[in-house]
Amino acid sequence: MSAVQEALPAIKGSRDAIVRRFALTDTIFHAATRAAAILVLVLLGGVAISLFAGSWQALSTFGFSFLTTESWNPVTEKFGALAPIYGTIITSAIAILIAVPLGIGIAIFLTELCPRALRRPIGMAVELLAGIPSIIYGIWGLFVLAPFLQTTVQPFIIWLFHGVPGLNNLFAGPPYGIGLLTSAMILAIMILPFITSITKDVFDTVPSVLKESAYGIGCTTWEVTRRVVIPYTRIGIMGGVMLALGRALGETMAVTFVIGNAHRISTSLFAPATTISATIANEFTEAVGDLYTSSLVALGLILFVITFLILAIARYMLMRIDARTGA
Amino acid sequence: MSTAASLHQSRKRKNGVMMTLCVVAAGIGLAWLALILGALLYKGLSGVSLAVFTEMTPPPGDAGGLLNAIYGSVVMTIIAVIVGTPIGVLAGTYMAEYGRFSKLTTIVRFINDILLSAPSIIIGLFVYELMVRPMGHFSAIAGAVALAILVIPVVVRTTEDMLNLVPNALREAGTAIGAPRWVVIKSVAYRAALSGIVTGILLAIARISGETAPLLFTALNNQFWSSNLNAPMASLPVTIFQFALSPYEEWQQLAWTGALIITLTVLGLSIFARSLTGRREDR
Repeated sequence: MSAVQEALPAIKGSRDAIVRRFALTDTIFHAATRAAAILVLVLLGGVAISLFAGSWQALSTFGFSFLTTESWNPVTEKFGALAPIYGTIITSAIAILIAVPLGIGIAIFLTELCPRALRRPIGMAVELLAGIPSIIYGIWGLFVLAPFLQTTVQPFIIWLFHGVPGLNNLFAGPPYGIGLLTSAMILAIMILPFITSITKDVFDTVPSVLKESAYGIGCTTWEVTRRVVIPYTRIGIMGGVMLALGRALGETMAVTFVIGNAHRISTSLFAPATTISATIANEFTEAVGDLYTSSLVALGLILFVITFLILAIARYMLMRIDARTGA
Repeated sequence: MSTAASLHQSRKRKNGVMMTLCVVAAGIGLAWLALILGALLYKGLSGVSLAVFTEMTPPPGDAGGLLNAIYGSVVMTIIAVIVGTPIGVLAGTYMAEYGRFSKLTTIVRFINDILLSAPSIIIGLFVYELMVRPMGHFSAIAGAVALAILVIPVVVRTTEDMLNLVPNALREAGTAIGAPRWVVIKSVAYRAALSGIVTGILLAIARISGETAPLLFTALNNQFWSSNLNAPMASLPVTIFQFALSPYEEWQQLAWTGALIITLTVLGLSIFARSLTGRREDR
C-alpha cells in the first residue's frame, strides 16, 4: 500500500513529461507540415520572381515592342517575341481543333457504346498513354510522321488547293514535312488522352436518373448525349479542354523535334516556324550574351503568364463541377 | 402517321451517323497510338543489345551504348525523389490532416494543381536562374532539383487524396485511446493510406523519368562517364534529344533504343502503381 503511494508522484511526474513531449512533438510536426505546404506556394512565387528578374534586361531594353516585333536576330541583338507567340498559339489552336472532337467522340464511345468487358482495358490504355513522355512523340513525329507527310500528304494537298484563293496561301510552299501543321498533329495526339480521360470522368458524373428519364421518353443515344449529358457536363468538358490547352501551349520536346525552328511568321501551315518553348529549348544553351539569354527568359515569362491564366481558369471550372457533384 | 414515322426514321438515322462517328473516332485514336507504339517497338528493338547497357555514348559515327546516360538518369531521379517526396508528403499531410478546412489548404491545392501541369521548361528556367547562374556552371544537382520540383506536386496531390480517403472513425479511435495527433497520423492515417502514397511516388518517378526540358539547361549533357554531382551529367532523355536530331545513323538508332527503354520504364511503373491501388477501385 505504502509502496504504491510512494510510487504515485513519480508516475504522475513521468506522465506529465510524456504529455509535454507528445505536445512538443505534435507542435513540431504540425509546423513541419505547414512549412512544406507553404513551400509549395513559395515555389510558384519563386518561379514568377526569378523569371521576372531574369527577363528584366530584355524587357527594359525592348519595352512593349518585344511583344510586337517579329525579328529575332542574335547578331544585331534585336529580339522580338511575335513569331514564337504566333507559332505557339497556332499550333495549340489546331491541336485543340483536332483533339477535342476526337476526344469527346472516344469518351462517348467509352461511356455509351463500348462493350462492358472492353471498357476498363481501353480506359486504362488511354490513361497509360497520357503518361508517355513527350520526347517519344517527338522522335516519332520526326522519323515517321514528317517523312510520311512530306512525301504523300503535303504534295497532294498543295496540288489540290493550288488554285483555290485563300487555301492556296494556307497550304503553300515546298513540302518540308516539318512545320506548323506537323507540330499541331503531334500535339493533338499528345493531348488526346487527357481530353478523353477528363471527358469520360465528367460523363460518369451524370446521374443515371437523368439519362434514364431521357431514354424513358424515347430519346436515342445521340439525343441523350447531345441534350442531357453534354449540357450537364459542359463546364467540366471546358475545364478539360483548357487543361489540355495549357499542356499544348507549354509542350516542349514533341514540338521542338518537328517545328523547324524558323523565326518568321508565314501564312502557310506547311512552313517551318517556332514556338516559345521550342525556341528556349533550342537556343538557351547556345545563347551568347546577356541580352540574348534575357530575351529567352522573357519568352519563358510570357509562356508562364499565358499558361498560368489558362490553367487557373481550367482548375476553376473543374472545381465548380467537383463542388456540384460533392466529390 | 407518316410524318411521325419519317421523323422516327430521321432521328434513328442521325443517331446511327453520330454513333458511327464516335466509333470511328475511337478507332482513329487507338490506331494512331498503336502506330506510335508499333514504330517504337520496331525501331527500338532492332538496336537492343548488351552493348547498350555496358558501353558509353559513342562519338559520332561510332558504335556504343547508353550506360552513362542511363546512370545519370537513375542518379538524378533518385536524388529528386529523396528531396521531393518528404516535402510532398508533409504538405499533403498538412492539407488532409492539420489544415483540412483552412484557407491555406484551399490556396495550396489551387497553386499545386497549377504547378502539376505547368510547362516543365519553365521549371528548367527557374532552376537555371536559381542554381546554375549563381554557381556558374551546369551540374547534375541542379538537374535533380529541377526534377524534384516536378515530383512535389504529384506527391502532394496523391498524399492529400489518399489521406482524405482514410475513414475518420480510425482517427477518432486513435485519439480516443489518448494518442496525440502526430501518432494518429503516423501510425493510423499513414498506414491506412500507405499503398496510395506509394502509388503517388511511383507515378512521380514515371513522370520525371521521361522529362527532357527541365534537364536541358540544368544538368546539360555529358559525353563521358561522370559521377560528379557538381558537374554536367548525361541523362537518357537529353541524350535521345541530341542523338535523334543528329545526322549519324548510329546515334539515331541509339535514340530509338533509348526511347524504347524510357517508354517501357514509364509504362511498367504506371501499371505497377495502378495495381497497388487497383483493388480499392474495384470495391
